[in-house]
Amino acid sequence: MKTMPKWADVLLVPLISLVIAFALSALVILAIGEDPVRAMELMVTGSLGSTYGWGYTLYYTTNFLLTGLAVSIAFQAKLFNIGGEGQAMIGGLGVALVCLFIPWPNWWLAMIAAILASALFGAMWAAIPAWLQAKAGSHIVITTIMFNFIAASLMNYLLSHVLRPTTSMDPATARFDNVLRLPRLHDILGLVGIDFSRSGPANIMLFVALAFCVLAYVLLWRTRLGFEIRAFGQSEAAAHYAGISSFKIIMVAMLISGALAGTMAVNSVMGGPQRLVMNAVEGAGFIGIAVALMGRSHPIGIIAPALLFGFLFQGGSELAIETSIPRDMIVIIQALVIMFTGALDNMVRRPLELLFLALRRRA
Amino acid sequence: MVADVTGGAADAAPAIELRGISKAFGPVQANKDINIRVRKGTIHGIIGENGAGKSTLMSILYGFYKADSGEILIDGKPTQIADSLAAIRAGIGMVFQHFKLVENFTVLENVILGSEGGALLKPSKARARKLLTQLAHDYEMHVDPDALIEDLSVGHQQRVEILKALYREANIQILDEPTGVLTPAEADHLFRILKGLREQGKTIVLITHKLREIMEVTDEVSVMRRGEMVATVTTAETSPAELAELMVGRKVLLDVQKTPAQPGEVVMSARGLTVTDRHGVEKLRGIDLDIRRGEILGIAGVAGNGQSELLEVLAGMMAGTGTMTMLGEEMDLTLRRDNARTRREDSIAHVHEDRHRCGLILDFMAWENVAFGYHNAPEYQKNALLMDNHAILEDAKGKIERFDVRPPNPMLTAESFSGGNQQKIVLAREIERNPDLLLVGQPTRGVDIGAIEFIHKRLIELRDQGKAILLVSVELDEILSLSDRIVVMFDGRIMGERDPEQTNAQELGLLMAGVTGEAA
Repeated sequence: MKTMPKWADVLLVPLISLVIAFALSALVILAIGEDPVRAMELMVTGSLGSTYGWGYTLYYTTNFLLTGLAVSIAFQAKLFNIGGEGQAMIGGLGVALVCLFIPWPNWWLAMIAAILASALFGAMWAAIPAWLQAKAGSHIVITTIMFNFIAASLMNYLLSHVLRPTTSMDPATARFDNVLRLPRLHDILGLVGIDFSRSGPANIMLFVALAFCVLAYVLLWRTRLGFEIRAFGQSEAAAHYAGISSFKIIMVAMLISGALAGTMAVNSVMGGPQRLVMNAVEGAGFIGIAVALMGRSHPIGIIAPALLFGFLFQGGSELAIETSIPRDMIVIIQALVIMFTGALDNMVRRPLELLFLALRRRA
Repeated sequence: MVADVTGGAADAAPAIELRGISKAFGPVQANKDINIRVRKGTIHGIIGENGAGKSTLMSILYGFYKADSGEILIDGKPTQIADSLAAIRAGIGMVFQHFKLVENFTVLENVILGSEGGALLKPSKARARKLLTQLAHDYEMHVDPDALIEDLSVGHQQRVEILKALYREANIQILDEPTGVLTPAEADHLFRILKGLREQGKTIVLITHKLREIMEVTDEVSVMRRGEMVATVTTAETSPAELAELMVGRKVLLDVQKTPAQPGEVVMSARGLTVTDRHGVEKLRGIDLDIRRGEILGIAGVAGNGQSELLEVLAGMMAGTGTMTMLGEEMDLTLRRDNARTRREDSIAHVHEDRHRCGLILDFMAWENVAFGYHNAPEYQKNALLMDNHAILEDAKGKIERFDVRPPNPMLTAESFSGGNQQKIVLAREIERNPDLLLVGQPTRGVDIGAIEFIHKRLIELRDQGKAILLVSVELDEILSLSDRIVVMFDGRIMGERDPEQTNAQELGLLMAGVTGEAA
């Protein structure tokens, strides 16, 4: 039974959660003797006040769109893919291999190859937990978490021992060829006469990510596979009754999920530092969980939360530069936002439902 | 404590009196200004269709919901019942349709659960054992206090629930659809227990939708319809037909009208169907069945005797051994090649007995549910990649109209329809595929009387079109009135076959309890 209008459900609940999260953050900032209003101002101007800030905000947003999408697709099949982080790391390996060892004539061929390679690598990394769940019944939450650690160790080894140029002390690959530089918003928006900061790393992958959102929507609501994924997610028993193979759905949903998480690396490796560094994912795999939670695992619904976390990431690093508020504070703010919009969703929802009930009764 | 002396004929205050109880869930008014008096020491029936508000009313009385307005008087005394603890303190016990017992605890442990009365179990267990023996003796409810719940039959589990309430000194017992899971013999025993309780001065409230039970055991009966209490009558002065009319608000045909069956060729034939679950327990033990065109084969039995497994094996949801041929073609019972989808392609449709868990996706809209299971059908595809949602929606509109689904809105989620209308959506989907064999489990469980009539008519129509129907139901009346042949199952076996014209509920009841025809 629906007690709340849809707009309240989709907009009001996350908005109120957000306000509570920010209010609590303000208290924490006050407690360490800083001015929360100034902090907020700094975050806003730092992330949204200039095209430079936007360049970074949208760069992070792109990461979160792809990891958020990855979590969403899996969650539509009621599979909690916590392994976006690891899948994106391995995706990064795919990007690096494609970019380092194949002499590409131009950036777009390289980008397509990098997308395919990262998707393939990410999907393979998700395939093992998926297979274990589908065949052996090992819980996907546990296995995907464990695979994050395995991926981190693997990348650690590869970057320090295998892929590191012998002349370098840095556990990272060599820089990619300049031809492979992805067009940034400065180049793209320049075509239509908009002046955009040259240094913001947001690039063409933003549009690719948005296109993936639309494609994911079509997949889920317009195709048989999407119908089966959603049916399986709503009721495994009913899916069985309909003759939908649970093995197929678990595998396919997780492969798509892993592939999407993997492609995030194209943005953060090719679009960012132009080489594969240690910890290139920067927690985006986990932020993707929060983004999916806030966006109700809806491919279009995750766009706004992805932007929100992009803002928090960029605003947060500005804060660390401009004030004595430590970098950890940003992590606290982000954690509060995740906690209130995701985990404590019902804390806001229940009272709001009661409020709407009371209003309706009076009407 | 002031007794209500204005009460009239009754010399004592009523055990329960509800005054002006109202309760709304959002826009739905579940209870509307309910007034009821349950006299002390009587069995009071509450009858009504599904969704009439019976369960809501009893949940208010037991403290699960708080009424929006109105008051509750227990023994004439206004009582606030904020939670089930308060209800227990007021002397109210409740036996739910789905028992609230801890399966791997003993009877004794279950009885003291929640009223252990101390950190150490030993003294309270000893006390409980003594009292339990006493109670069992007084009310003829013998159960082994040290037996594990999971080892008890359903009937015995129910007794534990009743004992639990008695242990808490409940003077008022509310039973919610208590016979749904019992054999006729077990039900009779339950009624004897209830009558015994009444003699000891206990007050019983019996919630049911079965008219026969009301007539058999109650002193008075209150009828609910659409959240309102429409009448309270003395049972001796009413008739099933009158009660049915009060429940539905119009005259109801209680009997199914049908012509004799014209059975044709064998459609499906099964030999030695056997299913072993993963604990190694045989759920089906060598079932042989033939079903012909133009007949309804009814499977009678107490729930849990293999009927569910039989349906699922035939429908391709559960692997088994033995053989099964459909229209002369061998089916793969191991399910390495077959599944529920291939069975549909082999012209077997399946109305699952649990429409909430399996038959429908509750969060999907009605139109999506119309395609569910048949979503690969060519007429639902736009091209190789995309589904034709528009075509499905149009198809759903037609089915909703032809099956009189109310409200006729394909955009509502399945969850927002009443039980009867949900079932109509499932039936529309399965019947209109024109299957040669229709497997139907519990077609009218949780379905209101009006819809039952409609569903029965549709099944007979399908039969008359020369289709084979395998009907599984725990409602004996339904089996007796619809079937052309009746097969009784017990403990995974077929106990015997009977002609509905030449048998009765008593004989079937014995077979359902595992007593073979010769011994009966």
